[in-house]
Amino acid sequence: MAEVLVLVESANGTVKKATFELLTAARAIGEPAAVVVAAPGTAAALKPQLAEYGAAKVYVAESDDITGYSVAPKAEALAAVVAQASPAAVLVTSTAENKEVAARLAFKIGSGVLTDAVAVDGDGATQQIFGGAITVQSKVATGVPVVTVRANAYAPQPSAGAAEEVAVSFTVSDAGKAATIVESVAEEKGSRPALADASVVVSGGRGIGAAENFAIIEKLADSLGAAVGASRAVVDAGWVPHTMQVGQTGVTVSPQLYIAVGISGAIQHRAGMQTSKTIVAINKDPEAPIFELADFGVVGDLFTVAPALAEEITKRKG
Amino acid sequence: MERALNIVVLVKQVPDTEAERKLNPSDNTLDRASVDAVINYIDEFAIEEGLQLKEALIESGQGGEVTILTVGPERATESIRKALSMGADKAVHISDEAIRGSDAVQTAKVIAAALKTIEYDIVIAGSEATDSRAAIVPTLIAEALGVAGLTQARKVTVEGGTATVERVTDTGYDKVSGSLPAVISVVEKINEPRYPSFKGIMAAKSKPIDVKSVADLGLDAASVGLAGAPTQVVSFENAPPRAAGQTVKDEGDGASAIADFLAGKKLI
Ligand SMILES: Cc1cc2nc3c(=O)[nH]c(=O)nc-3n(C[C@H](O)[C@H](O)[C@H](O)COP(=O)(O)OP(=O)(O)OC[C@H]3O[C@@H](n4cnc5c(N)ncnc54)[C@H](O)[C@@H]3O)c2cc1C
Ligand SMILES: Nc1ncnc2c1ncn2[C@@H]1O[C@H](COP(=O)(O)O)[C@@H](O)[C@H]1O
Repeated sequence: MAEVLVLVESANGTVKKATFELLTAARAIGEPAAVVVAAPGTAAALKPQLAEYGAAKVYVAESDDITGYSVAPKAEALAAVVAQASPAAVLVTSTAENKEVAARLAFKIGSGVLTDAVAVDGDGATQQIFGGAITVQSKVATGVPVVTVRANAYAPQPSAGAAEEVAVSFTVSDAGKAATIVESVAEEKGSRPALADASVVVSGGRGIGAAENFAIIEKLADSLGAAVGASRAVVDAGWVPHTMQVGQTGVTVSPQLYIAVGISGAIQHRAGMQTSKTIVAINKDPEAPIFELADFGVVGDLFTVAPALAEEITKRKG
Repeated sequence: MERALNIVVLVKQVPDTEAERKLNPSDNTLDRASVDAVINYIDEFAIEEGLQLKEALIESGQGGEVTILTVGPERATESIRKALSMGADKAVHISDEAIRGSDAVQTAKVIAAALKTIEYDIVIAGSEATDSRAAIVPTLIAEALGVAGLTQARKVTVEGGTATVERVTDTGYDKVSGSLPAVISVVEKINEPRYPSFKGIMAAKSKPIDVKSVADLGLDAASVGLAGAPTQVVSFENAPPRAAGQTVKDEGDGASAIADFLAGKKLI
């Protein structure tokens, strides 16, 4: 059975959930093989976690160049693994950076790249375009398909794998070293999960009225262990940074649960969240378009409903 | 003194997102004809960044020029004129029926080939187009040209022969730098795009637009367009509209009603 390569994403020695989702998806296509492309000394801690989700092999491509230069070295490392493994497909998560890595890989190996898939199979993928209005089946016509898959598209299922380590030797070309990472700066984000791959997202809109009221959204999010998002109105007002914007010109999310608080549901906002599995809305205007797509809506004042909901959830969680 | 820099801004014309966007049932390509077309929203930030850079270069005595580069059908001229009316100096328009249906990799190859026919030091693109939402063309152009890709920038500085950007990451930003020539992509909100002035609109009418075909770029027509595309849309269907669920009015029990709903779905 041909291998299906999954590019591993991790932070501080922990494999991200989105990677387990891809290892799960890979099983239906072929034999899942994880690829760690990272700074030296990263793979050892990840291997047992990858074994739990069915990785038959773990390709290890470690080099200081990976963290020293932007994007291109990762694609070169992956291309080296593709040459070594002749896989049936390469799957990566749909983060902004990984989409770039996937695109460069496809270019290098002369194949095609499909982005933001919600499902993958042997020859192609299912994508939802125009904010979820149209579902398309796409395929890669030449070469090894490279597919970026949206977070939460698959439920991660454990399955034992051998996780046999395979060393990958590669050298980064001069062109691959054209963009130097001078410095990586972490900005204070607290302990909340990242927006793009969170399984629960709570977003606030203009209805919150003022920057300081955004704490109401954060409290509700924390009661659910959720990531925090916002509409563009809130970003434009300068209440939260642009990285928190959900929508057409912001992040696209597809979580298990999306709670929209004080958001009207403009088409550009919907474009970034309407493929969420379950949508809940709190809005004082019964005519707000967000109710047209909410699975459950409460017409009411967010200043009373949202804090009460946070309290209720905390209470029920015991 | 250093020579003046050639700044090329990549502008894509896209269907207006306010309209209902469609695919052509005959060949599954994007229907670019039936809806209003506009400049890809984030590309306005790319144009503004190019203009500000040029202004700074002129200020410092080095000088610079902004060229708009668009790959798209004939009607994309409207978007090019708008970009010129904002203050760009000239434009190159790659327009060829053979390109229709090209995917991201092919589009990047066309743009890279077009860049090779002109002088460029700094290429500035938007981070993502509203039609494809792929956000990969800029990085692919850098790959094709073998130059620095400084993508997802929320801040750009150019000094000496080096460009440095703040690249937005999951956790904050990376300061990334590379020597020119370089391909930069910018995110929304990096600046405040200007509105074309009346004078700018008048001036744009006489600014040169160099229209080129695939053959002019030395590319084989069979390598671009739908037939040769490495990725293909096999079929599509309109997603069923999301059915509205239940909506209740809060009478003091709104919060517990949501909690009950979430518990019923095993979400809490
Ligand atoms: C090119 C372009 C790109 C765009 N991209 C995006 C994007 O990526 N993301 C995005 O979100 N938008 C985007 N927009 C903007 C979008 O069109 C809307 O303007 C925006 O989403 C509105 O945000 P909002 O729902 O928070 O504000 P509003 O539309 O003002 O809605 C506020 C809502 O809060 C409710 N409310 C007020 N007070 C209370 C209260 N006390 N309790 C309960 N409810 C209350 C109101 O009834 C109202 O429904 C874009 C627009 C354009 C033109
Ligand atoms: N056909 C095109 N002509 C000019 N620029 C383009 C074209 N396609 C993409 N671009 C540039 O690449 C950016 C990202 O596009 P995409 O990768 O399709 O999301 C856009 O914001 C444009 O700046």
